[in-house]
Amino acid sequence: MELLLSTALGIVTACGIYLILRGRTFSVVLGLSLLGYAVNLFIFAMGRLVSGRPPVITEQALSYADPIPQALVLTAIVIGFGMTGFIVELALRTRHETQSDHVDGQESKPEQEGKRG
Amino acid sequence: MNHLLVLPIILPALTAALLLFCGRQLGLTRMLSLISTAVLLAVSVSLFLDAETGAFQTYALSDWVAPFGIVLVLDRLSGLLVLLTAVVALAALIYAMQGWDTRGKYFHALFQFQLMGINGAFLTGDLFNLFVFFEILLIASYCLLMYGFGERRLRASVHYVAINLTGSAVFLIAVSLLYSVTGTLNMAHLAEVVAQSAPEDIALIRSSGLMLLGVFGIKAALFPLYFWLPAAYSSASAPVAALFAIMTKVGVYAILRFTTLIFPDNAGPAAVLTTPWLLPVAIVTLILAALGALAAKRLLELFAYLTIASVGTILIAVSAGGVAGLSGGLFYLIHSTLIMSALFLLAEMIGQARGEAQDQLHQGPMLLKPVSLGIAFLLAAVIVAGLPLSSGFLAKLMILQSAMPSSSMPWVWGSILVSSLFVLITLSRAGSMIFWKTSHETSPQAVAPDGLRWLPVVGLLGCSLLMVVYAAPLKHFTDATAQQLSTPSQYIKAVIGQTTDRAPRPLPGEAK
Repeated sequence: MELLLSTALGIVTACGIYLILRGRTFSVVLGLSLLGYAVNLFIFAMGRLVSGRPPVITEQALSYADPIPQALVLTAIVIGFGMTGFIVELALRTRHETQSDHVDGQESKPEQEGKRG
Repeated sequence: MNHLLVLPIILPALTAALLLFCGRQLGLTRMLSLISTAVLLAVSVSLFLDAETGAFQTYALSDWVAPFGIVLVLDRLSGLLVLLTAVVALAALIYAMQGWDTRGKYFHALFQFQLMGINGAFLTGDLFNLFVFFEILLIASYCLLMYGFGERRLRASVHYVAINLTGSAVFLIAVSLLYSVTGTLNMAHLAEVVAQSAPEDIALIRSSGLMLLGVFGIKAALFPLYFWLPAAYSSASAPVAALFAIMTKVGVYAILRFTTLIFPDNAGPAAVLTTPWLLPVAIVTLILAALGALAAKRLLELFAYLTIASVGTILIAVSAGGVAGLSGGLFYLIHSTLIMSALFLLAEMIGQARGEAQDQLHQGPMLLKPVSLGIAFLLAAVIVAGLPLSSGFLAKLMILQSAMPSSSMPWVWGSILVSSLFVLITLSRAGSMIFWKTSHETSPQAVAPDGLRWLPVVGLLGCSLLMVVYAAPLKHFTDATAQQLSTPSQYIKAVIGQTTDRAPRPLPGEAK
């Protein structure tokens, strides 16, 4: 499970960073969401990977599933969701006002316009 | 438990919620917002006077004891910054009421949410709660930055939002990494656990510490991470830019808190973690900001670079001068916040008095009211450049003196003096361009600043002058604050001292 989770985290983060570095607002938004997912999983994993254990420490329980990262993940998901909604709206608005979906609001090299589509 | 301590967070939050229901009733929203901010100022003065005695105050939310629940902590530093926020906020709000707040629906509500986030970030004693307050102040600042719309604002917002969302992701990674090693999120408890951490955990602790430095570097606009700031601050509306003068200080505050409390430089596993980075980065920030100011094409852009320069100066002082440097840096922080917010307001008044040339730094029409605006600009420029007998001069003198015994003294003196010269040149050039190299007619679009617009500017400039008059008591206060910051054991004892059973619990999965 450790290997699966860590490779998944690594791949999602790498895709997220690649997309954030792209020049179009759409890919940046996607990249930020992917990075957000990876971070949420990472927080979850930081409470250690345990399954089938109670979240509360009792006398009988040999081990427990850490509830705090789960609470943190909930908060992070809510904030991340709100932020994604906001940046989607912002990207649309910018596209509308500047007639361009480039992150700078203008094309960097007009002669390549045709090639990029 | 002093319930006053939670008011700087609750009051703006409730006011903002109430304002959302008021809709477009301008008179009502203005009155509510103004009353709430005035009450906030009174509360922060009272908190500041409490903190000034040197006693720590903690407020356990829902009465959960310290390392288990979230606490608010008031010490000299947070008391000072909450007060500074309230002063700047009141000035920005009075200015916004002269017309800016009619251009959109929810200016006042957003403004109050912004104050809630800033005050929360200054007061909280919990690392994850700090993240939450950062997000609150950020989302309010995204909306405020776009306030009034327009192409330039939207463009700057895309960059600002994207870099801050990425910063938040890194912040979360660092926080959870730190939690996975220490099992706590309370900042005082973290400091205690980090100091006793096992050797195999040190690498993780150090890497999360550096990640946090990076995140706070984005907020504070440090060297490789400041490129968002000039566009953002120079395209924001004037009252928003004036309020944002305190926003970079949130990053500076977080860096100060972390380098003194959790990763103290002189001892523990985190020793010499941030110093090798902080001083060079701060020096480069200062020099590049001074060069940026020289190259600025608009007055607002120039002031945005001066904001970056102020952050560079504060962090140079903090990282090079020891306790005395910390004190000088705090003095400079108060000075730069007040004067920067006055400058952003003044820039718009000058722009309006010029008409369609606005704040472009090229030859333009004659200003309306050139004498009063000119005197205000001269005064503000003298203060921000740090010419003798201004608060900037005193602050820089304290910083230069504190760096004397340090081995990095030539770098500190060199960068601060050279950048001061650059700032002086660029301000005199901007002043002569705007006020002297003008044609003989005024522009038909020009609007003369009216009386109430002057009130916040004069008030902020007056605060800077008061800093000179009351320099001695203020220096005693910053000295005491620096002393308090450099003995983190007091903070730890005050926050978690009364909880005896606070050893980190075994990690899940370790007991098989």
